[in-house]
Amino acid sequence: MAGMSSKRLQKELVKIQGTLPPGISLVSADNLREWLMDLSIPDNPIYPPTDTYRLRFLFSQSYPIEAPEVTFLPLQSPERKIPLHPHIYTNGIICLDLLDAQGWSPVHNVESICISIQSMLAGNTKAERPPGDAEFVRSNRSRPRDINFLYHDPSV
Amino acid sequence: MPAAFVGDEAAEPVTKTPPSTRKRKLVDSITTSATSQPPATIELPKRKASKTTTASVHDANADAEQAALPATPQTLSSDKPMDSDDDLNSVASSGMLGEAMDDSSVDFDAADSDDDGLEDFQDDESAFESQPKDLRPAKKAFEVDFNVYSPGDIQHQQDRQVEEVATLLEQPAEQTAILLRFMSWNKERLIEQYMDNQEEVLDKAGLGANMSSNPPRLEAIDGFTCDICCEDEPGLQSFAMNCGHRFCVDCYRQYLGQKIREEGEAARIKCPGDGCNKVMDAKSLDLLVTSDLTDRYHELLMRTYVDDKENLKWCPAPNCVYAVECGVKRRDLTRTVPTVNCDCKHAFCFGCTLADHQPCPCALVRKWLKKCEDDSETANWISANTKECPKCGSTIEKNGGCNHMTCRKCRHEFCWMCMGLWSEHGTSWYNCNRFEEKSGTDARDAQASSRKSLERYLHYYNRYANHEQSAKLDKDIFHKTEKKMQLLQSSSGMSWIEVQFLEAASQALQQCRQTLKWTYAFAYYLARNNQTEIFEDNQKDLEMAVENLSEMFEKNTDQLAGLKVDMMDKTSYCMRRRVILLDDTAQRLKEEGWTFNVDLK
Repeated sequence: MAGMSSKRLQKELVKIQGTLPPGISLVSADNLREWLMDLSIPDNPIYPPTDTYRLRFLFSQSYPIEAPEVTFLPLQSPERKIPLHPHIYTNGIICLDLLDAQGWSPVHNVESICISIQSMLAGNTKAERPPGDAEFVRSNRSRPRDINFLYHDPSV
Repeated sequence: MPAAFVGDEAAEPVTKTPPSTRKRKLVDSITTSATSQPPATIELPKRKASKTTTASVHDANADAEQAALPATPQTLSSDKPMDSDDDLNSVASSGMLGEAMDDSSVDFDAADSDDDGLEDFQDDESAFESQPKDLRPAKKAFEVDFNVYSPGDIQHQQDRQVEEVATLLEQPAEQTAILLRFMSWNKERLIEQYMDNQEEVLDKAGLGANMSSNPPRLEAIDGFTCDICCEDEPGLQSFAMNCGHRFCVDCYRQYLGQKIREEGEAARIKCPGDGCNKVMDAKSLDLLVTSDLTDRYHELLMRTYVDDKENLKWCPAPNCVYAVECGVKRRDLTRTVPTVNCDCKHAFCFGCTLADHQPCPCALVRKWLKKCEDDSETANWISANTKECPKCGSTIEKNGGCNHMTCRKCRHEFCWMCMGLWSEHGTSWYNCNRFEEKSGTDARDAQASSRKSLERYLHYYNRYANHEQSAKLDKDIFHKTEKKMQLLQSSSGMSWIEVQFLEAASQALQQCRQTLKWTYAFAYYLARNNQTEIFEDNQKDLEMAVENLSEMFEKNTDQLAGLKVDMMDKTSYCMRRRVILLDDTAQRLKEEGWTFNVDLK
């Protein structure tokens, strides 16, 4: 039912255009199915406060029953990098249980996902890529939702 | 500098050629007396289906000879019409199923059974022996007891288990079902742990306490906003399990639809609330979704039931809905090959669910298939074009003209001609005319033995592949058989039942070739001794019988009618040889009397 997901996205949009937590801002939601959000990380020397990161949300017709596809988007201008994190690959794919069918709950929304990712970055202490990053980025052709990540590391 | 080439890659580009196809020639010199009438109708063996609670693998002909029973009409299974010609098929009638389940379904021993499997196994034997001989023929060593269940039977069995435990735990059936599933249907363990720590078990299984006092219902609550769709209109129907996470009915329905239809979840559907572990029970689900989804849900639940239980397996045949119960445990598989016959006529091994591979035990089948995948045709090429490095054993293809080889892998330097150390060649470089060097002879010996083992493998593989191929060809004929039978009916005036011998012959061929095929895999792993010779004799006899029948099968339709008696004889002889071979092999396997050249574990 497309009706349900559109309605819910409309409502979320209205709410998001009102107030958002610091460091999170809406860039565009011209297309209701694709939203762009900007993220900055306070209080973590790994991520300079001047740096901003671009998140792309793709919503399917079954949202919010199904999780949206969320990835970091690199950009030349304004400059948007892929944040350095042991669970974020250089192609922008994020390994986070929240975004997987098992960990997803329809109660989550764009705002709560942004907050989760923000805090995941804020709490990070390792300035590194996931193991096997180069290989994964070179060979991966599947959508994030079809990848079987192993959530083995609850600490970061 | 001459170079040697490690031949792993070089071995690749070998096109697979089918093993030499068996010659199928028509023998014209048949002594057919076309006028001689076939003898009075020979009654085809009928499978007796009464008074037994379990069915076992039988071949109809052998049965018929041993059990001089009047043919009893078969009881039709309740939900599957039985063809009247499936005599070869073992049958458990619907009436018997109930009884059979009484015996077996209570057998809930996954927890404490780790040591009693052997006894089970033998108990079965003795229990069987004690039955009156005239009721059924003695079970052969290669046969196992099994039951075939329809989805309805499984459901019934599952329901009864739930009911039984529900009274014990004083929990409603829906909750008990979740608990049982959580414990993989291990009743004893569930009851024990439940009695020890009720709270913990309930919590871990995704159930809160005191659900019984509060049956699930839909409610419209004032001021409620659904966290999923953000609807808040008054009068919105909503639902919550006792975890208290409340959502509107529409969202719940969508959520369940997604889980069941898209993700194939059933036993572990959780509350949509974030991080909530509460598991959806069948009763709440029925309240929320439409009937097509409920059907799918129960089907999925049934899958998990069969998957969870060690003594139940789904028939692997495409589109088959039956499950088979068999008491053979995993650790018994070194001593028995439990072939079962599903009601859909598919014969498969209960141990590994591959198609029937008697007499070869599962472990050998796995090894053999793996080996065939790796080797077979490639091995032929390697044998013809390569040698192994005398030091590290890497396969090497000579890619240059000179005899001075340097192994890419271990840097060993040797002479391609004599395989001896290159250093021993002294000054006579690039020219091997020496013969007597010790290192060379040793290396050549090693080479020869490696070649020999390859040849040995190919000997067995070729025969294995040949029977596989022939079985396929036989099957093609089987498809033509029906046409032949119709032709025969019209040309010879024989009745339908009188031409059934063709079908029986065709089935016998399939079955025997299947067996023969696996005898070669079996023989490959056998160490040579006196028993091997007996085995090979049996194998030879069966092979001869099969080829004789197969040849006869290809005659022209007009000759077939005259060959009826001969053909029936040969069919029954084939089946008898097969039983002898399987029986002998299985008996020895049970007694652990075979010596294999690999570990069976």
